[in-house]
Amino acid sequence: MRSYFSGWSMQVPNAQIAVENSRFALEKFTLILSFSFQTMDASTELASRPAHDPHHHDAGHDHHELGFWRKYIISTDHKVIGIQYGISGLIFLLFGFSLMMLMRWQLAYPGQALPIIGNALGHFFGPGSMPDGKMTPEFYNSLGAMHGTIMIFLGIVPLAFAAFGNFVVPLQIGAPDMAFPKVNMASYQAFFVGGVIMLVSFFVPGGAAKGGWTSYTPLAVIADKGEAYHPFFNGQTLWLVGFIFLITSSLLGAINFIATIIQLRAKGMTWMRLPFFVWAQFVTAFLLLLAFPPLEAAIVMQLMDRLAATSFFMPTGLVVNGAAVHVSGGGSPLLWQHLFWFLGHPEVYVLILPGMGIVGEILANNSRKPLWGYKSLVFSVLVIGFLSFIVWAHHMYMTGMGQVIAAFFQTTTLIISIPSVIILSAFFISLWGGSIRFNVPMLFATAFLPMFGIGGLTGIPLAFNSADLYLHDTYYVIAHFHYIVAPGTIFALFAGIYYWFPKATGRVMNEFWGKVHFWPSLICMNVIFLPMFLQGMLGMHRRWYDGGQGWNLANEKVWGLSGFHWNMPISIAAWLMGLAQIPFIINFFWSIKHGKKVNDNPWEATTLEWTAPSPPPHGNFAVAPVAYRGPYEYSLPGHDRDFTMQNEPVQMTERARRAEPEPVHA
Amino acid sequence: MEIPYTVSTRPDTGLWNAKVGIWLFLASEMMLFGGLFSAYVFLRLDAEPGYWPHGLLNVPVGTMNTAILIASSVTVVLAWAALKMRQFMRYKIYMGITILCGVIFLAVKLAYEWPQKFEHFGAYLKTEALEKYEPYLGNHHLMEKGLPPRVEITGHLHNRAALNDPNIKEYEIALDPVNADPTNPALDRPHFLYVPPTEKIGTIEKADVERATMFLPTHSAYFASYFTITGLHGLHVLGGVLVFIYLWLPVSTKLYKRNPEHLANRVEVAGLFWHFVDLIWIFVFPLFYLL
Repeated sequence: MRSYFSGWSMQVPNAQIAVENSRFALEKFTLILSFSFQTMDASTELASRPAHDPHHHDAGHDHHELGFWRKYIISTDHKVIGIQYGISGLIFLLFGFSLMMLMRWQLAYPGQALPIIGNALGHFFGPGSMPDGKMTPEFYNSLGAMHGTIMIFLGIVPLAFAAFGNFVVPLQIGAPDMAFPKVNMASYQAFFVGGVIMLVSFFVPGGAAKGGWTSYTPLAVIADKGEAYHPFFNGQTLWLVGFIFLITSSLLGAINFIATIIQLRAKGMTWMRLPFFVWAQFVTAFLLLLAFPPLEAAIVMQLMDRLAATSFFMPTGLVVNGAAVHVSGGGSPLLWQHLFWFLGHPEVYVLILPGMGIVGEILANNSRKPLWGYKSLVFSVLVIGFLSFIVWAHHMYMTGMGQVIAAFFQTTTLIISIPSVIILSAFFISLWGGSIRFNVPMLFATAFLPMFGIGGLTGIPLAFNSADLYLHDTYYVIAHFHYIVAPGTIFALFAGIYYWFPKATGRVMNEFWGKVHFWPSLICMNVIFLPMFLQGMLGMHRRWYDGGQGWNLANEKVWGLSGFHWNMPISIAAWLMGLAQIPFIINFFWSIKHGKKVNDNPWEATTLEWTAPSPPPHGNFAVAPVAYRGPYEYSLPGHDRDFTMQNEPVQMTERARRAEPEPVHA
Repeated sequence: MEIPYTVSTRPDTGLWNAKVGIWLFLASEMMLFGGLFSAYVFLRLDAEPGYWPHGLLNVPVGTMNTAILIASSVTVVLAWAALKMRQFMRYKIYMGITILCGVIFLAVKLAYEWPQKFEHFGAYLKTEALEKYEPYLGNHHLMEKGLPPRVEITGHLHNRAALNDPNIKEYEIALDPVNADPTNPALDRPHFLYVPPTEKIGTIEKADVERATMFLPTHSAYFASYFTITGLHGLHVLGGVLVFIYLWLPVSTKLYKRNPEHLANRVEVAGLFWHFVDLIWIFVFPLFYLL
């Protein structure tokens, strides 16, 4: 392969001389080259980056010059921003999960007062939330809507994309920082403001948004209006305003990531030498960049509908509570759904792709084998990225948008499962014949595989529009996507936290307590979500406030329990899973100060982030790194160690063994 | 620590960082306005016959604004070229003209076009009342020609108090030409030149009116899209002008003395954004003013 491409790398310097005076021609020419994935050997690299000497230039001075505020709060360092995102994301994850634990009480014991903390929560969230510890329907709806919003947009995206991306990607590509450090800082600040607005919305009169995380119109336009509500400071309006900040944050982040990966790769770090995680983040960034703005447009329109009484989403002749609504009409509720799901579906891949990237890194590292099918993985991710833009209306089979459209989206949805299956298969094959180390990151990463598999395979019936008519909006759907994002993505995120924790702190997290965290979490996840498939197939609707108590009259039983009664074991498992996170929280904070000290490369990994000191100083690398080889050179024959890092030059003996032609530049 | 390729180009991509960044940003902006334009298409295709107004905007003023914006796109390129040739005074002049154009555009939009709309009035009639106001609507004439019916009477509202006072039972409107002389074949299609309301007063009973408002966003899906899209576009113009002012202030002189190429790059990036804003207007203008 390399010999095939070596012609390209030869041409570059010649072309540069020839068109040196014509900068536009050069730009075009090299742009084409750069996007054709040419394999570029380190020694034919065109220009060298200015060398960095952090000890002389940065680290020493910065520690003295920067106070606490500049160093940790408004830092422009990608690692600090990554950690800021990480901690905020974890806190929001815990908060969003707590909302769900409250809802689980109402589902298992509808109408009963929540013991012990119920009264206190009623006071905390204000009148109308939990009078006497009993949850009102409005508050239940708020919890549901905000659970979805917070988990996805304030928990997983900041953690998976922004935190890991910020911390790891520049290190893995050998860059000193992100391309636009100040934009990076602005991105976090916008996220922070958006998060605060979302949290504040719980405490305005009437409580937080109640329209579901999808905020379907026209319900969302007429919700939270009237005498009891402030015209601006009400749940739904604040939800919209908060979203504008979150979208801004994502856009700034996405631009930064793509520009960094294109521009700041180290010498020799060609496209096909990028770690799989970087590819996953690269595609994720494109998804955020292109899918979020249409939602921003939709949010601006919904804000106009709410604040300026326009009718973007209000149909002609709408009647609410027996009275005609005084708007011009002429709008389309379906328009909102189209724009929402145009983001909504790529967003699903925003949630899963970074998780896949993390799992890929950890599987290769702990099976001591190269990641199987690297190129297939890369192209699968690219194909997923592209296809994810043309599957959105499979969320809308029930809207009556027409059979032809439904058939089109059914087809694309089934096609997109192919690259997903390729990725999962490649991961499984990567394990085959490896000498696997089951440390805590690896436990989480291997658990990801079957969990994501269950989530993915149960999605196929939902892709068929005829089967979806039956399963739509039932607990089956809940179970399906939670298998992907909860034991899927969140396990991948835990794996990543345990894996890169030593890079951020210089210490490892405790193995024993990590396992105490892992096993109960794995069991609880399955006890929570597996029965939901059954409930869904029995016909339980996802938004029922009473847990399906009224519907339970038919009393159809599965495995000895009726659909409604399954709520109880599910809820207990959910609360137990809350307890199972305590070892993680303590382990996380305790290990920052007291964890076992380790060297710069405790996992004996190959990628460039492990060549930097732990924690890396400002500017990351003592000497600008050079990549000489692919990202997963584990167990190379003829080496005395079972891992060969990306910055280790290729030996002549190695060349002969690989039976590759001598590169032209040698 | 220094980020590489902030000013010089990375050889294998041929780009400096901010140029990659701005193109990515413009891609996302394209999707933002793409979402809004697709909403426009969606709403317009869904509109009942007669409920998508035509010819209510001031085409000559819109044309002038289009010309101003295109001219500013030219001057911003000239400003950049002047910087590349290291002619700083020329840069300042061209950049000044660009800023001026942006400000004029905004002023025309905010101080003239929008307020003019806010003063205009329209009353949608109930279906059963259409026949009663046939002298203002000319629907028989339109039907013969196979054109969509008129369901709204527009013009200048004489008794503004009628909007909020329930004791006033009718609207008195100085009719727009199309309602003053509805069977005139010259008015079958909207004309490009703006014609103010006539002297002819029409009286419409409130009981016959489905909905009556000034030309505000709440008036119709058409004006909702018009104000939202031009408003968002206006914010982009404002953002561009603010960036240009920053690049025109003494800060830029300092940067020019230290690293002229850096300033040129900044102007190039801001200019690319400005071209994009211009391009959006090139779509907005026909969609709302002409079609």
